[in-house]
Formats: sequence, C-alpha cells, structure tokens
Amino acid sequence: MQRIGVFVCWCGSNIAGTVDVKQVAEMLKNEPGVVFSTDYQYMCSESGQNLIKDAIREHGLTGVVVCSCSPRMHENTFRKAAASVGLNPYMVEIANIREQCSWIHKDMGVGTAKAVILGRAAVAKVHLNAPLTAGESPVTKRALVIGGGIAGIQTALDIAEAGFPVDIVEKSPTIGGKMAQLDKTFPTLDCAACILTPKMVEAAQQENINIYAYSEVDEVKGFVGNFSVKIRRKARFIKEDLCTGCGLCTEKCPMKKVPNEFNLGMDNRSAVYIPFAQAVPKVATIDANYCIKKKTGKCGLCSTVCGVGAIDYDQKDEILEEKYGAIVVATGFNPISVEKFDEFAYAQSPDVVTSLEYERLMNAAGPTNGTLLRPSDRQHPHTIVFVQCVGSRCDAKNEKGKQYCSKVCCMYTAKHAMLTREKYPDTDVYVFYIDVRTPGKNFDEFYRRAVEDYGVHYIKGMVGKVVPENGKLKVQASDLLANEQLHIDADMVVLAAAVEPDKSARPLATMLTASMDTNDFFTEAHPKLRPVESPTAGVFLSGMCQGPKDIPDTVSQASACAAKVIGLLAKDKLTGNPCVAHSNELLCNGCSSCEKVCPYGAITYSDKEFRMPDRTTAVRRVAEVNPAVCQGCGACTVACPSGAMDLYGFSNQQIMAEVDAICK
Amino acid sequence: MQVEKKPFKPLIVAFCCNWCSYAGADLAGTNRLNYPADVKIIRVPCSCRVNPLFILRAFQRGADGVIICGCHPGDCHYTTGNYYARRRMTLLFSMLDYLGIEKGRTRVEWVSAAEGQKFAETMNSFVETICSLGENKRLEDLRCKTE
Repeated sequence: MQRIGVFVCWCGSNIAGTVDVKQVAEMLKNEPGVVFSTDYQYMCSESGQNLIKDAIREHGLTGVVVCSCSPRMHENTFRKAAASVGLNPYMVEIANIREQCSWIHKDMGVGTAKAVILGRAAVAKVHLNAPLTAGESPVTKRALVIGGGIAGIQTALDIAEAGFPVDIVEKSPTIGGKMAQLDKTFPTLDCAACILTPKMVEAAQQENINIYAYSEVDEVKGFVGNFSVKIRRKARFIKEDLCTGCGLCTEKCPMKKVPNEFNLGMDNRSAVYIPFAQAVPKVATIDANYCIKKKTGKCGLCSTVCGVGAIDYDQKDEILEEKYGAIVVATGFNPISVEKFDEFAYAQSPDVVTSLEYERLMNAAGPTNGTLLRPSDRQHPHTIVFVQCVGSRCDAKNEKGKQYCSKVCCMYTAKHAMLTREKYPDTDVYVFYIDVRTPGKNFDEFYRRAVEDYGVHYIKGMVGKVVPENGKLKVQASDLLANEQLHIDADMVVLAAAVEPDKSARPLATMLTASMDTNDFFTEAHPKLRPVESPTAGVFLSGMCQGPKDIPDTVSQASACAAKVIGLLAKDKLTGNPCVAHSNELLCNGCSSCEKVCPYGAITYSDKEFRMPDRTTAVRRVAEVNPAVCQGCGACTVACPSGAMDLYGFSNQQIMAEVDAICK
Repeated sequence: MQVEKKPFKPLIVAFCCNWCSYAGADLAGTNRLNYPADVKIIRVPCSCRVNPLFILRAFQRGADGVIICGCHPGDCHYTTGNYYARRRMTLLFSMLDYLGIEKGRTRVEWVSAAEGQKFAETMNSFVETICSLGENKRLEDLRCKTE
C-alpha cells in the first residue's frame, strides 16, 4: 500500500476563487492510502515545495498528488522537489484543477466537486505508479551527412570545426550539388563557383571530414547516439587513392557521345569522365552504361594511357559499416520535369529551356562557353520570354504541378533577365509572372533594378501557349493589367520550373523512420521552434530537403543544424524518457502487431527459451522494446492483442484506475 | 428551455493527448472559456494510447459519453498515432452503435494546442448531444458501482 500525500494549491485566488481548497484537501484525506493532505497558497513557491519535501520526509510518503495548475506547467518542478528528498520523481502526479477546473467553472460547488473527482483520479493513479529510472545510452561522437551540396558541406564544415569527425555521403561522383551548376547568385551576382569551390576544397582538406563521393546509404539501424549505417561505395572502376585527376583518360576515351548531366544533356562527355574542372574529389569515373570496355570487353584505352594504373575494370561495389551519433539529411532538390506541360512546347523545341539549363548556357564553363546561343541553331537570341511559376502554386486539382511556391524562381528569373540585358543590351526580355515575390535582404531592390535600370519587361499574366513555327517560338500570353492578349515572336523561352525534393529522399526517410509531408519534403520536429530537427531523435534536416529555400537560407539552416548536432555529440550520455513501452514476454506471442504500428522501429523480436510447466524448454519469439528508441506514444499497447505490451507512466491499469475514479 | 424536471447531469470522460488536445484544454482554461464540469479529462501521451477497453470500462462504470481528442491529422507528435486512433475508434464506435450505444455518445475530435476555443466549443456541443440522448444504461454494470 502506498503512503500518499495530497497537496492542494490555492494559486492565490486562481484556484481558491472557485474551488473550496480546504474541502478538497479534507475530502481527499478519506481516499485509500492518503496519509497526509493539506492546502497551501502557492505550492510551486519555495516554501510550498519545502512543505512537500518536509511532508515526504515526516510521513514517509511513497506517492505525491499535487492538485494545482496544468502538469505542463509545474510537473517538473514538483518532480524535482520530490527527487531532492529521495522520492522517485515519477511517483508524483498532478491533478489539473486550475486550467481544467477553477478557470472554466464559475460555481464554487461545481468547481469543488470536480476538483475532488480529479484529485481522486490522480490518487487512484499514484497507487499504481512505480518508480522509474531514465535509461542512459552512450553517444558515438561522429556525424553522418547525407548529401554533399552546399547544405551538406556547410553542416559538415561546422561540425568538423567543432572537433567532431563527419562523413559526407554523396551519390554523385563529386560534392557541390546544384550550386556548382549555377552561374551567378542573387542578389549579389557573385559567381557561384567562386564562393562554392573554396568550400568544397575546405571540406576535402578538413581533417575531420571524410568524403564518400559516388556512395549511397543502404541501410540505417539503431537510434539517436547509436546509429549503424551501411554505406555502399559504388564502383567507379577507378582506384580513388591512385587517380590524380589528370584527365588524360577522359581525353583519350573514344566514347565521346555521352549526354553530359552536369550541363543537363546540352553537350556530351566521354564515358570516363570528371564532372567538372573543380570536382572534389577530383577523380575520374567510368560510366559503365557507355564504356566500350565494360560493354564489349574490347578497348581498354584508358588503362593504357593512365600513368598511375588507377583503372580497375573489375572493381565491385563496396559496403562499409560505420557508427554515428547523429545523421543529417541534406538530400536537396531537383527541378521538376517540365515535359508534361505541353503548352510550353518543351519537348518540341530545343529553344524552350528550363532555368537551370539557361544557367548552364550563361556559364563560362557551360556548353557554349558562356556565350548565350540558342540550342537549335547556335544563333544569338534577340527576344527571350521567361515564364515563372511553371509547376509552382498550382491548385490542388492540377496534378502536373505543385501547390507550394518554390521560393527561388522569382529571384533567379530576375537575375537571368538582368544578366541577359547586361551582356546583350540588344535583347528584348519579357518576364510573365503571377506575383513577384521578393522577401529577403536586398531582394526587392534587386528586382526593381531589373525593371527600372535594365528595362526588363515584367508582365503580370501567364503564357497560354508556345508554338514553334519557322524557327521562332510564337508565344501567346495575356497581360492581366492591360487586359489584352499578347503575341510575341520569341527566340527562346525559359521556364522557371518548380523545385521538388530529390527522388532519393523518400526511400531514405523510410530507412530513417523520419516523416515527410505530402510533397516529400522532410517534416521538422516543430515548424517554428524546432525547425532543423526531424521528429525522429538524432536525425537533423539541412537545406532544400525540408522545403524550398535559397542559398542564404540554406546556409543558415545548415549551420543551425550543425549547432544541434554538436549539442548532441558534445554529450557523453543521453538520458531517455522512462515512460516507454515494455513487453511482458510471458504474455507475448510474437505476432508482430506492435512492430507494425511503431513509428520509430523500437520493437524487435528475438527467440527466447522458456521453462514450461511440464519442465520442458520451449523456444518462443517475443517482442523486445528498445527504451532508447521508444518515444512512449503507446500505439503498440493498443495493437497488442494479448495485452503483453504496456507503457510505463501511463499503464493500462493506471488509466483504468483513473476511469474508475472518475466514473464513481 | 429546460424541460427536464430533474436536470440530467451527464458523466463524460475525455481522453486528451498530451501534445495537442490537453494543451488545447489548458488554453481554453487560460482564456476562461466555459464548458460544463461534466467533462473530466484524462491525459494520455497520444490518442493512439486510448485502448478500446478504456472506453468500454467507462461505459460499464456508467459514463454517458466518451470523447477522444488528438492532434490534427498530420500533426501527431508521434507522426502517425492519431491515424491509428481514428481507425480503431471508427471500428469500435460502429460496434458500440450495434450494441446500442448510440454513435452520438462517442466522438473523436482533433484539437490543436492553439485551439482553446475549439476545445470549449467541442465540449459544449458534445455535452449538449449527450444531454439530448439522456442517461446511458446500456452497458452499465451495477456490480462495478460502489456506493
């Protein structure tokens, strides 16, 4: 039998105004197990807490009920007070008689009666409380960053500089991500490569950073502080440690007709290739889909020219298994495919390009070496039409597009328009928009410069149709402000395609048991207060994988993410929440119902030996909960058909006792 | 308005998830939004912690109505808990309806931590429904009653 103390708080007049606190204390004295009951003006004050501490010592209390404000307010206060005098903090229960009683009921009689019932329910619950101790688990002081774009690089650099080792896993042959493909960045117009490539080099040289390029995450096991990850190092058919990146093999390779993905297929590369000049690691990769040697067994030219013997046609994928304390997701984005928007004739005419393609056409390292030429006839375009919101801000019924705003298109379109007018003042530039959205430091000034100083024609309205005709693109559009139909003979049309999360994000989310929204962006633990953490403990979010954002926002989030990771890795041990599920293995029949509903993958099964009544031994499959992973939602407790699964702190019996006490 | 001779005081048990609805109930209190004292709240970590047995128990013990409140779909602190609650309760409620516990006596509502107003309105409308349905004797087990 528990020895329970009841402490009724007046909260000044907040509770005492509509609840007869003396009567509540008096009534609860008659409850079974209650050996002490009192009231006090401010239970949360130092003297109030001392009152509780003294009573615990004097009366040898084994359980405490505080009738006061919401447990969300002071549960911790009273638990700490109890713990300070040696009572297990989980032997304290709160009856919420302020927010859920005195503040909503005006009548003293009604309020008092309800307060007594709530107190009774809490006493009934405390009877069944058991001392709980939070488990501890060690922290592996190493972080994994998945994705080597600007988000991943920045996060990795910040973590590494704090002194923790970091591994970057990047699926393509080089880090750098989308930013490496950009020409200039808004609103400062500094060249993307000039600010990104030093960071890439820094990441490669930072001794705490280890880059696994051309690698993918195959499997994630474990939990916060103790992840075990299988990394697949895809075969490059080049020995990474030997290759010097001289590029001789790429020059001599006879297979030169491979679409170059770095330039979005607008020119070709060889079958053995280095994606771009500043690639990190600067190592060649053999594309097995095109390599003549890999396909026919003949050729082998690259291995004869390679001075260091780095070519290895028989290389196999290699699986590494590493341990990490924290995992950062920085998988980034892709522009959506615009082929499905028939009205813009993207599939019909090579002169209709996406903004990222236009970016490459403007770039000095691009397919045209920085001279703006239209892809069809390599002539200089004189009229260019930009179309914004292609696939962004679509209504829910439009299955081709996304409902959200892609956030970066307004600004990069203004940048493209401005740069085009600056380099080629004889070009007419039209931008069709729904709204121009420029929230950001120096963003609106930038857009206004495009309109006012550079004479870009901004037209509110959408393009209805683009028809390729006699080497021109006939653009039919509406000007909503002038209320008229426009017909423009354009040389090029540039589509500001919406962004979408990278396709690799969805299977990764499943591996990490991290949640995603309907657009496949990772959800954050709290949209405002915990924006860089995933709801899954130990998984953090950096960059576009969480939602559309520009480079400044991405870098800020990446650093914020690093701060959270450092905070985790700086701890030697993690204290868990003791209110977790546990399975009674004598009742468990190994049906897997609980495992299926667990959002955290906290439940595993193992075969255990049991002594049977007839003294034989039987082996049965039973569930086991990992308390470090379990977050204590209780989904499994209800799913369990045999009643083996229960939750500490909110056990079946405890809740039943509360129901009983309320329904007396 | 009141036609009953003896005003019927229903007994209503509300299961509220710790993260959204319990906080919503607290907010209703903070904003001094009234709802009848007949509603007694039991805090659970998540709406998916509510075992159908708890609801049966409540009706056995003489509850006139049981309401389960959780986070809005997609907002569950544990990602998917409220979806399980919704599915389980849909099944349970139709079974209870079959047994003679009218559908009006059971309800699942989504109340966020910011929706104090909605919490109070929900409770007011639920109590109103229960009052119009009257006392529930269908599952009551007198042996459970200790007078």
